[in-house]
Amino acid sequence: MSPERLAEYHLLSIITWLPVLGALILIFFFHRERKQAIRIFANAWAILSFLPSLWLLTYDRRLGGIQFIEDVEWIPQIGARYQLGVDGISVVLVLLTTLIGVIAVACSWGFIQERVKEYYVVLLLLQTGILGVFVSMDMFLFYVFWEVMLVPMYFLIGVWGSENRLYAAIKFFIYTLFGSVVMLLAILKLYFIFPDYLKQPDVQQAVLQAARFISGENAPMYRMIESAVQLGAQGRGTFNIMAMQALGTARMGGEPIIPLSLQLWLFAGFFLSFAIKVPMFPFHTWLPDAHTEAPTAGSVILAGILLKLGTYGFVRFNLPILPDASRDPRVVQVMAFLAIMGIVYGALVAMAQRDWKRLVAYSSISHMGMIMLGIFAFNPSSLNGAVLQMINHGISTSALFLIVGVVYERHHTRLINDYRGLSHVMPGFAAVFMIMTMSSIGLPMLNGFIGEFLILRGVFEENRLWAAFAATGIVLGAGYMLWLYQRTMYGEVKEDNRHLPDLYPREWAYFLPLVILAFWIGIYPKPFLSYFERPVAVVVEQVRPGYSQRLLERAEQSDVLPTRAQAADDRGGER
Amino acid sequence: MRGLLFQGLDWRWLVEQAVMFLMPEIVLAVFACMLLVLDIGWRATERRWAAYVALGGIGASAAALAQTYLNLRGHEAVGFYEMYVVDSFAIVFKVIFLLTAALAIALSVKFLDIEREQRGEYYALILFATVGMMFMASGLDLLAIFISFELAALSIYVLVAYFKGDRKSNEGALKYFLLGIFSSGIFLYGVSLLYGVTGETNLRKIAAALAAEQTPGFLAILAMVFIVAGLFFKVAAVPFHMWAPDAYEGAPSSVTAFMSVGSKAAAFAIFARIFVYGLPALRGTTSLENLGWMAVIGAVSALTMTWGNLAAITQANAKRLMAYSSISHAGFLLLGLVAGNQTGYIGLVIYLFVYVFMNLGAWGVIIALRREGIPGDRVEDFNGLIHTNPLMAVLMTIFLISLAGIPPTAGFLGKYFLFAGLIETGNRWLAALAVIAVINTAVSLYYYARFIKAMFMGPVTEPAPLALTPLMRTALVVAAVMVLLVGIYPPPWVDLSRLAAEQLTTVTREVLAGF
Repeated sequence: MSPERLAEYHLLSIITWLPVLGALILIFFFHRERKQAIRIFANAWAILSFLPSLWLLTYDRRLGGIQFIEDVEWIPQIGARYQLGVDGISVVLVLLTTLIGVIAVACSWGFIQERVKEYYVVLLLLQTGILGVFVSMDMFLFYVFWEVMLVPMYFLIGVWGSENRLYAAIKFFIYTLFGSVVMLLAILKLYFIFPDYLKQPDVQQAVLQAARFISGENAPMYRMIESAVQLGAQGRGTFNIMAMQALGTARMGGEPIIPLSLQLWLFAGFFLSFAIKVPMFPFHTWLPDAHTEAPTAGSVILAGILLKLGTYGFVRFNLPILPDASRDPRVVQVMAFLAIMGIVYGALVAMAQRDWKRLVAYSSISHMGMIMLGIFAFNPSSLNGAVLQMINHGISTSALFLIVGVVYERHHTRLINDYRGLSHVMPGFAAVFMIMTMSSIGLPMLNGFIGEFLILRGVFEENRLWAAFAATGIVLGAGYMLWLYQRTMYGEVKEDNRHLPDLYPREWAYFLPLVILAFWIGIYPKPFLSYFERPVAVVVEQVRPGYSQRLLERAEQSDVLPTRAQAADDRGGER
Repeated sequence: MRGLLFQGLDWRWLVEQAVMFLMPEIVLAVFACMLLVLDIGWRATERRWAAYVALGGIGASAAALAQTYLNLRGHEAVGFYEMYVVDSFAIVFKVIFLLTAALAIALSVKFLDIEREQRGEYYALILFATVGMMFMASGLDLLAIFISFELAALSIYVLVAYFKGDRKSNEGALKYFLLGIFSSGIFLYGVSLLYGVTGETNLRKIAAALAAEQTPGFLAILAMVFIVAGLFFKVAAVPFHMWAPDAYEGAPSSVTAFMSVGSKAAAFAIFARIFVYGLPALRGTTSLENLGWMAVIGAVSALTMTWGNLAAITQANAKRLMAYSSISHAGFLLLGLVAGNQTGYIGLVIYLFVYVFMNLGAWGVIIALRREGIPGDRVEDFNGLIHTNPLMAVLMTIFLISLAGIPPTAGFLGKYFLFAGLIETGNRWLAALAVIAVINTAVSLYYYARFIKAMFMGPVTEPAPLALTPLMRTALVVAAVMVLLVGIYPPPWVDLSRLAAEQLTTVTREVLAGF
């Protein structure tokens, strides 16, 4: 079936709201003491909610743009609509979310023994919150989901976390809420300036032209933007993200419609929210606490999906809506500096950890820094790499947290020194851990390599110094991961480790899809890349108008593919 | 007052006017008087019937109000020599007061049983206070406003001191009474100055007189300062908030619930009425040369939000914590007046509307924690509530999340409009104020989360059942449903608030056009 046809069946709404439905069924039809029944139901329901997301694979990659659009009036007084839609970037992220959702539910089977019913309810609610963020095409709706998801996450850490959970939970909640309320102001500002600008007929023309550019052949997407533009022309506000992108992309006589000074303020508002979520150095301090104290499923969702919301926000809001602020040299330098700080600092601190889970948490900071660097290099290679790396990080870090969860469940300690020689007693586990370590380091044939290579290649084109620093991060990453592997897996078996059982079939079941994906992306990434190549190309074009055109012209002149030297020239020309 | 006192009253005219404008208030006052009489005849065990009679009175009053609304068909009606106006602004506020009174009464019955203070006069006083508030919302003349104001205030002074044997109750009442009288004096002084400057007490005539002058005189500004200070007392804005924590803590919890919502809403009603209708000429802008009440209120609102929040963080007593939280909410509400556009006014009204449900709801759970022999007013008393009474824990969480302004609850919607009003002005100072406000939103989460933490993550304590009656449980469930409903499906409620807000907007726009 075609995306348009599926949208008529409310595919996105089904994907988004199925988990909530499951939560409601749990609340009203299951007694809290029937733990086994609750577990079976939750697992079955998680798989059931994963299945419809597979239909998203019918996303028309040739057409690109936003598809599966649903559009219903919500609060007419302020122009907020229930608008859903996904582009290639969100398709892969939604699929990642639903997959990780299944795994998060599955990995809690034995670990959660108390308040089982509430646990699964919270987990399912969280799932809807996250999915809602990825599929919202209306900023108001987006914001609602963005904040709603904090509440279940707070409970997840605070109720089922380990010793220091209360502190970690409230720190996470307040930190992220602080960022998001500032974003609300930026959203409001955009909302109010939109009709102000759109009242002018020549701006309308420019915005519609930009809309034609971003939507390409995608007629439903263009209609969505057009109707928002018409509302704006009548002096009524809109929260449509794509219309805002059109406003940000539109040019009048080469000048942006939103003046740079205002763009910078708005950028700051969005930046704060997303940077805390990513988290970028120096806004990362909530992460080690939250990741470490959360139950395994919480850490998996936090690291696997929640962090991607930040980078997704940058790609969806900052770059296309505020392109001039995004490529302002001052901003780029600050962003690159923070990203590189995150890469190097995260890696160094990870190396010094004695707590297994904390080490993985800090490695996340380092990897997310790499993704941020890829985003702010603004070329197709780096941005494709960044999006792919979001998926890769989701796979490998989720798996690493699951791995910690496996040993913690058996031995009830997270200290690295409490484990030694596990490869002798748990060979299957050691193999999975090895694969995921390699995936995290970026060994060729595994997913991490593809993402990091694309990012580095793109970053190298822009700035060799950045690339050098980023490469350092990879080396350091290999250092702490291999050292961790060596300390825990090799050597004489520690006496109290001797009786730890190897992976159970249930554990194999949730590691297997991750392992398969890691190899698949590592060996043949094209199917994955093909989903977001077009959307990414559009984003690049939005941030740097004429970029690909210039590359093409150059390619025609020289009859060879553009090289980095030419790209560097190209940048020189821009200055 | 042409010849009213000298030529004798034209009774028919008076009755006509009263029927046209005052039916809801008259009904309520009659029920209140009836309660006082009935109470004498009731035995101690029958006294809780007073609550149901009072609820009946509120219902009848609401019906009368609906009738008035239908008669008006969106127009406004001015009566009693332009002292009294019935317009959509007044009607929406009257709805708010009636809802507050109904919920507060529903929450009081069991509580008063436990305290062994079940008497009809309690409900009569609540009704009288409500009558006063309803008059306040309709006052178009400073004298009418002042008198109705005192009616409401005096009833509440008595209610705060309702526990005669309780020292805290007495202390709180005395503080509240003294400061209340004091602030009334300040307010009245401002009113008299204004009368001296303009020769009028009618708000519209005052506005016209002030607008006629090119630059406002010193006395007019002084009058404005006195009036605004008096009102800051009433809404408990920093630095005039000192009475609030003591009065809120000392008063019976059910009374605190009522006054923290009802009298606050009433104070905001006259705040908006006086400043938007009467003193628009003194509104001023954010530039230094032209400061007016907008700048004063803006500064005070920033101070109030911040101070209320910071003070709330350190409280161990749930009632005191909620008192400071209510102070910080007053700061948020002031933002609507500062913004001075339709969005801001919608924010003010809808925030007050949802505040009824979320704050009374939260207080309702606090009231339910008061059991035989257990004071139940510390944050620790919430420990493990999810195990002992899951329903109440979930409801309380909904109320708290709404108070913190997190979607999809009604509290978020209110905050959204308040912030949007500020941003819409495009003024950078007001944008800065919005930044202060959103930061405060994040801070406020910290102390609301303390309740959540206690309920869900705290150790389980003694499993004494909560003091709940079916009536109370219904009231709390209704409040929670409203909090979610307004948050998830806002259009009808936004329309309701817009009814009230539109009037303020038109008045403001007319004035701004004059400058």
